[in-house]
Amino acid sequence: MKEILIILMSVIIVDNFVLSKFLGICPFLGVSKKLDAAVGMSLAVTFVMIIATAVTYPIYKFLLVKYNLEYLETIVFILVIASLVQLVEIILKKYVPILQRSLGIYLPLITTNCAVLGVTLLNIKDEYTYIHSLVNSLGAGIGFLLAMVLFSGIRQRIEHNNIPLSFKGVPSILIAASIVALSFMGFGGVIEGMFV
Amino acid sequence: MDQLDTKRKDKIGLKSIFMNGIIKENPVLVLLLGTCPTLAVTTSAVNGLGMGVSTMIVLIFSNVFISIFKNIIPSRVRIPAYIVIIAGFVTVVGFVVKAYAPGIDKALGIFLPLIVVNCIILGRAEMFASRMSVLESTFDGAGMGIGFTFALLLIGTTRELLGSGMIFGVAITSTLIEPMGIFLMPPGGFFVFGCMIALVNKIMKNKKITPKQEMGCAGCPSSASCNLLTDQEDLGKN
Repeated sequence: MKEILIILMSVIIVDNFVLSKFLGICPFLGVSKKLDAAVGMSLAVTFVMIIATAVTYPIYKFLLVKYNLEYLETIVFILVIASLVQLVEIILKKYVPILQRSLGIYLPLITTNCAVLGVTLLNIKDEYTYIHSLVNSLGAGIGFLLAMVLFSGIRQRIEHNNIPLSFKGVPSILIAASIVALSFMGFGGVIEGMFV
Repeated sequence: MDQLDTKRKDKIGLKSIFMNGIIKENPVLVLLLGTCPTLAVTTSAVNGLGMGVSTMIVLIFSNVFISIFKNIIPSRVRIPAYIVIIAGFVTVVGFVVKAYAPGIDKALGIFLPLIVVNCIILGRAEMFASRMSVLESTFDGAGMGIGFTFALLLIGTTRELLGSGMIFGVAITSTLIEPMGIFLMPPGGFFVFGCMIALVNKIMKNKKITPKQEMGCAGCPSSASCNLLTDQEDLGKN
């Protein structure tokens, strides 16, 4: 239980996917303009991350390792994620149309999101167990949500400020991200001390 | 549409296709594509160069092969087909890097397999290679690849110089002033990248070149749904 909490907290705060691992920067810059869009996108990402991990992990352990095909992980994982996203969209459309209407537009964006492929690859690389992998994916999604929500607030404030013309737009956001990342670095070492 | 394409094709020579990717439409500094590897692996000039060259090789080969097969691939399943082609080359490049440059392989980590989801590659496949001839696609891939490598090298060199006082492992300023280690960490990455884009904006403005204002989403295969999103946001504002 302690291990699970440590994994969860450290992937949310210390090893935040966006601010310290640089995964999922494209949606971070593109969709963090408005709070509701940021939340919708993050929830969709979290959802796909967990399902993708739940499916790719057994495929890797029981199929690729068994037949010495570990080198195919990139191809297999990306195909699994692409088809999963399609499948989720179809299922939502059929059975939960309300959810589909609010999350549906974000789903096609997720296939080429490096955070999703990244989390499945990292789970294998860090040699997590199945439960730990799922927890890690959940934490990665929550961390993504945290960064997106924080940033939608910051961006709304930046937009109306008088900043140098060449820094307008993306550069100012990146500088702000730099400062937020700096403050997140302060959490380093806190997590291990929290559960002793 | 086809006529327009052929007309345009005659106008732009191979050289301008090649140069386009390096300066005017630099994938990183102007189009803002492939931001994840740009931020993550540029802790030193060598890593930036390694990532840039690996991506360039994948980009050239995938452009060539997609251009060859463009008439065979049914348009409905083209994106999965492109992804399979790209993933194949990424796996090959991954093997080569692991065998001949294990140090770079270790430094790049999961960002080497993540070349698969680099928007530059899928974007060029969708925007360029699926419409143009093999030769043009090769030049486009090479130009974009060199542009990407150049940007990564620039950011990598800056961060290495500021963060450890060295360039390519050769001490430059480390004996004179204390290196600022923060530039090797995530905040430094965001900061240097932001300043680089601002610098490019400034230069572009002085030379009266109007850079593309949008996020460079046009090259991304999922731009349609992204645009839908921003449209909805605009509607919400009004």
